Amino acid sequence: MTSTLKISALTKTFAGLKALDAVSLTVEPGMRVALLGHNGAGKSTLMKIVLGLLPFDKGQVEVCGAAPGSTAARAGVAYLPENAAFHPALTGEEQIGHYLALRGESPKGARALLERVGLHEAAGRRIGSYSKGMRQRVGLAQALIGRPRLLVLDEPTSGLDPVSRRDFYELLDGLAAEGAAILLSSHALTEVEARTDRLLILSKGRMVASGTLSDLRREAALPVTIHMTARNGYAADIAAALPGSIRFGADLQLSCSQEDKLGALARVTGLGDRLADIEVVPPSLEDIYSHFSRRDGQ
Amino acid sequence: MNRILATALTEFRIAFRNRWVAIAIGLMALFALVLSAAGSAPTGALGADRLSVTVASLTSLAVYLVPLLALLMAFDAIAGEAERGTLPLLLTYPGSRVEILLGKLAAHLCVLALALLAGYGLAAVAAFLADPGAASGLPALFRLGWTSLLLGATFLGAGYALSALARRPSGAAGLAMGLWLGAVVLYDLALLAAVVADGGGWFTTDLFPLALLANPADAFRLFNLAASEATAAAAGVGGAAAAVPLWQSALSVLLWPLGALALASAAFRRVTP
Ligand SMILES: Nc1ncnc2c1ncn2[C@@H]1O[C@H](COP(=O)(O)OP(=O)(O)O)[C@@H](O)[C@H]1O
Ligand SMILES: [Mg+2]
Repeated sequence: MTSTLKISALTKTFAGLKALDAVSLTVEPGMRVALLGHNGAGKSTLMKIVLGLLPFDKGQVEVCGAAPGSTAARAGVAYLPENAAFHPALTGEEQIGHYLALRGESPKGARALLERVGLHEAAGRRIGSYSKGMRQRVGLAQALIGRPRLLVLDEPTSGLDPVSRRDFYELLDGLAAEGAAILLSSHALTEVEARTDRLLILSKGRMVASGTLSDLRREAALPVTIHMTARNGYAADIAAALPGSIRFGADLQLSCSQEDKLGALARVTGLGDRLADIEVVPPSLEDIYSHFSRRDGQ
Repeated sequence: MNRILATALTEFRIAFRNRWVAIAIGLMALFALVLSAAGSAPTGALGADRLSVTVASLTSLAVYLVPLLALLMAFDAIAGEAERGTLPLLLTYPGSRVEILLGKLAAHLCVLALALLAGYGLAAVAAFLADPGAASGLPALFRLGWTSLLLGATFLGAGYALSALARRPSGAAGLAMGLWLGAVVLYDLALLAAVVADGGGWFTTDLFPLALLANPADAFRLFNLAASEATAAAAGVGGAAAAVPLWQSALSVLLWPLGALALASAAFRRVTP
């Protein structure tokens, strides 16, 4: 199967600052790929290059088998900009109707599209009166026009509340199931975790990690923490029995690597009824994300 | 073609909502009525019908007002999209940048045409009321109409070019006003000063006609006045107008819109959103 998006060794420099440094990635049809990184990591720059809005210095970019920004590429690619903006004097329906016409479709389809993103009630109101989340939905509606082969979504969930976010990912699941390739960006791993097939982490323009969530979890090999609560008076005993543990009053914490996890647990359970409770806390998504995005000396 | 139409429709809608249509029509109607009232002296002495005289005054009005209206509508066209943040998305859609410009041009020309229709129409009605023989001035009025649209297209194109160069609406507005002042007001003053200083020498005979043709506003005035000699006499610029053959001013009036659009498209192509 041919990739919908193929990028190899892409480099882009802004006045001496390397915004992208030898970045390579591919997105296959039906695949949802999340691009993660702090502000300024280069996510928007990469997307603008894919869309043909920005020129680049080195490397190859192939979009739907064509050059980025070419007629063939633009016909197959939909874009949701970082802060979706529209003319405030137009209604949602008029704006989407305009975009439909630009893609050679009938403007009459605007209402149906707005309904798909839950905006049917406000369709006849001017966009100037919309909230940020509503503008984001208008942006999403225009990205759905004409069965795009590749969707490039820049921080698509940033203005959405958690419920809308879930609806949004359901919409993406449907599109991916129909064979669309999806590249979306986010500055938080927690927003995208289970809803994407692949995660790419950018840090200062360099790709520092890529893979599924479990790949990243394994590669990061961050310590597991065991939280313990001692029965009355036993806290000091337990601290003595478990070298390396940290004590806060009746609560204790022990960190250990993934491989040592079972051994440590055996020692902890060996303490018997001196313990009131234990809890094993795996590294959080934020921990994993910080691990990769800070590795470059931040 | 459909994309140009769609852009034109949306832009016209925006111009209508932003009250540009009302402002343009009101402005043209007001000035045309003031001119008609001011020029209501008996016309028999000049040997021209009433409408021809009105067209001569409307020409002087249009030289200032049409470029102004065109630049006011055009300066925001690209800089406004860039500032609002709508430009990057628009440029990822199929279709070329020239199509975007042509769509905006069609909408803005429509607004201008409505304003001209209101202004010139009112002035014509006033002329007919005062002089039943005004019908002989209709060809001149018609000529004024289509050349005004071409003059408008020239300054719309120039406005788009400035809008693309400036990238920000405030800067584009400044540049547009500078262009208006320079091309419509200062240019003529400078030529006049040069002619006076020259005292009928080489500049006046050789360079002056070319300088008039090089400026779209002057070419517009030359063409309209030269095309109807009677009104040229009435406006007192017969000398300058007579020195330039009609085909030359017509060519300038026809070529300028194309040149301005080429400039706009070159400037727009260089914009990186
Ligand atoms: N047009 C530009 N001119 C100069 N520097 C830019 C431009 N666009 C982005 N940058 C710089 O490139 C880096 C990456 O920016 P960006 O791609 O917007 O990051 P992200 O979307 O991940 O937050 C930042 O340091 C930013 O300042
Ligand atoms: Mg960004």
